[in-house]
Amino acid sequence: MPIKDLKFDINLIPTTLDAFHIALLFLLLTLCLFLLVVMSIIVLRLMKKKPAQPAVTEAISQPVQADKPNKQPLKAAPEPEQVKPSPAKLTHAEPDAALQLLGLLQQEARFLDFIHEDVTQFSDADIGAAARVVHEGCTKVLKKHIQVEPLRKDNENSKVTLKQGFNASENRITGNIVGQPPFTGTLLHRGWRAAKVDMPRMAPGHDVSILAPAEIEL
Amino acid sequence: MTEAKQGKRYSVGIDLGTTHCVLASVDLQHSEGEKTTYQVLPIPQLYNPGVVESDSQLPSFVYQAHPDELPEDDLVLPWSDSPQSIVGVIARQLGSKTPIRLVASAKSWLCHTGVDCRNAILPVNAPEEVQRISPFDATVDFLEHLRDAWNDENKEHPLDQQDLVITVPASFDPAARELTADAARQVGLGHAVLLEEPQSALYSWIQQTSGSWRDQVNIGDVILVIDVGGGTTDLSLISVTEEEGNLLLDRIAVGEHILLGGDNMDLALAYTVKAKLEAEGKQLEMWQIQALTHACRDAKEYLFNDETIEDVPLVVPSRGSSLIGGTLRSNLTREEVSQVLVDGFLPFVEVTEVPANQARTGLTTIALPYAHDARITAHLANFLSRQQVAATESGIELPDNARFLHPTAVLFNGGVFKSEAICERLMAVLNQWLDAEQAQPARILSGADCDLAVAKGGAYYGYVRQGHGVRIRGGTAASYYIGVESAMPAIPGMPAPLQALCIAPFGMEEGTSADLPPYECGVIVGERVRFRFFSSTVRRDDRVGVRLEHWPQGELEELDEIDVILPEEGHIAGEVVPVTLVAAVTETGTLQLDAVATQGDKRWKIEYDVRAGDDASDIDLTEHASNEKEGDSASDNDSDNPGKMLG
Repeated sequence: MPIKDLKFDINLIPTTLDAFHIALLFLLLTLCLFLLVVMSIIVLRLMKKKPAQPAVTEAISQPVQADKPNKQPLKAAPEPEQVKPSPAKLTHAEPDAALQLLGLLQQEARFLDFIHEDVTQFSDADIGAAARVVHEGCTKVLKKHIQVEPLRKDNENSKVTLKQGFNASENRITGNIVGQPPFTGTLLHRGWRAAKVDMPRMAPGHDVSILAPAEIEL
Repeated sequence: MTEAKQGKRYSVGIDLGTTHCVLASVDLQHSEGEKTTYQVLPIPQLYNPGVVESDSQLPSFVYQAHPDELPEDDLVLPWSDSPQSIVGVIARQLGSKTPIRLVASAKSWLCHTGVDCRNAILPVNAPEEVQRISPFDATVDFLEHLRDAWNDENKEHPLDQQDLVITVPASFDPAARELTADAARQVGLGHAVLLEEPQSALYSWIQQTSGSWRDQVNIGDVILVIDVGGGTTDLSLISVTEEEGNLLLDRIAVGEHILLGGDNMDLALAYTVKAKLEAEGKQLEMWQIQALTHACRDAKEYLFNDETIEDVPLVVPSRGSSLIGGTLRSNLTREEVSQVLVDGFLPFVEVTEVPANQARTGLTTIALPYAHDARITAHLANFLSRQQVAATESGIELPDNARFLHPTAVLFNGGVFKSEAICERLMAVLNQWLDAEQAQPARILSGADCDLAVAKGGAYYGYVRQGHGVRIRGGTAASYYIGVESAMPAIPGMPAPLQALCIAPFGMEEGTSADLPPYECGVIVGERVRFRFFSSTVRRDDRVGVRLEHWPQGELEELDEIDVILPEEGHIAGEVVPVTLVAAVTETGTLQLDAVATQGDKRWKIEYDVRAGDDASDIDLTEHASNEKEGDSASDNDSDNPGKMLG
């Protein structure tokens, strides 16, 4: 019977791993990983597509959710071939936080009052006096709720060098951009980063769209 | 190793300030010897309707909102969706615009003789319909908020299971201490002990030095603690002595309760600017003065922090949405600040200077007895001169010509002293006095945290009580007397002369009892007997039973009366029971008075009579009129049944 010939001899299966099998194992794992990555990218793209909102880019940036450094744009390159360029990936920041901040700025710094005033009819001295209120109040709000620090410690107008793989989100290069990093240039602006955000907590039913209540003295 | 006892993980200190409350804690498990780890609790509180933020300070204000004033949903705290009362920043903020509903300075009321602190009297100037609360209730509200804030943050270690120290002004009288302790009991924190604030500030300083304080003070030093808070000034003297080779700290004297603080300074500046604006023909409304006060506070700090600034512009914006047109502008110069604050509050005075007389509150008005004399240096001079008597007893050597007790070191506490200029001036005045008597200039004990020291020191004290680190010996800072009428034939139209009988000596330690005075009075069962009650911070040698017929003006201070009522149980109504009054200092740190039956061993607790001076006494008089006994002299219109000698 041919079946008899197919009989396995258990002892023939190697009980120890040799280099070749280890290599095979690695290959298998690498392929699995690759498949997983590709699958998840596709799934993500499809999910992002669902809202089907054309790019209304009100880029309310949230510096706290610091974008992870995207150092290898080449690796992401193959994917767009599979899924045609789509306008996804954009997100809206929750308006609550923005309104809350605006409310705080109004309350402490009379921010909205100042912005909504027609400054053309006032003298610089008058505007200056009002600006003090706004400046002092804004400083107070920032100090308390959003700790801001310069991105670069170097002095402005000093020479700085950007190495290969520098963080393009943190460093915006301008002007004569040619060749390969390292780039050397003049630091025009040190940049800002929100190091810590600590916004007040709100009651569940609190209406943040009311930036400042009307005041009625009885 | 410091093992937490009975599961106590923290020692917590609460600074119940006149304007701010702070809570600090020492982690007992991570503290050893004189090195402690402490933290100050961020206290969540409403900042605006519906908005909760945390801050290390809880402003001591309660706002009695109108039912329609705030959306119900907006009154929330992390631990409650319907808090009982509105306290903290929101209360201060709403109250600045609606003062008739703001309860402020409740703590100062606690120490105000002639007012019933359990009676709903605050806000004093509110219209009828505003629901009032008592100063006691306000204290309960603050403690409740602090307790809940702690418990919310430390769910595993609720506050009622931690060591707890509540600080009170050194100048608090027994009734005010009792009220504070009772407020703690009311919120389930009956295990709290009381500590004097200036002592607490010194504890905090000791803690901060991590043991090196021993190098900074020497035997024979007399440390003057000057604590100027938002609303009160509190003075204490602490001497450094030695026993068996160890440094010891003794609190040897405390000052009077002076209602004068940092808020007075800001107000003084605002009124200076107001005068300037009025000279320019501008009339200011109340809200503008308030805004100006805030602006002046900030401006003052700029000027004090930066020597190069000569002049800070002040702007008071209009209340409408038009910001630019309606602003009120002025400025505050360095000269004005130093003139108003430094020369106004801290002028160079002679050490013999006595502050302008403090009128006692009249019967017709209810108001806080704010200090009439704003000169802190005059109050200080008065304190040091009066306390010269403390020197001999405490073994401090003074030259023969000394006119005051010479401090050798100064510890500042309170937000006011964040400004160098103010510290410098105070030192200059003090050193001038010392120099005139050929004494060494005093030095500053530096490194104290002026805002949070009291709470931190309180937490550290709880740790010290477990046997770590040096403890300041204090005891009661006054001796106590009851007023008894002399036994003499009645003369029509002449009140019987009053004698003061000492029932509690100076310096009674916590957990000790005074001797029984050789004095009996008959108390009629079921009926109230009143005693006039006095204290003295300068008569240190009076023992229990000493009877004073005369005393120099100002040596004794009259406090609220005390009441004895014997319940009817076990007695026949109308029966006369002979009792003596005995004083004890509880572990909590309050003075407890008991009436002890001379036959048998029955005891009754005596309540501090915290009754209002005028209206209430009329009611009492009519109620008790039928019961009045022989010889109730007309001398004292709020005494319906004054204590009398038996036999």
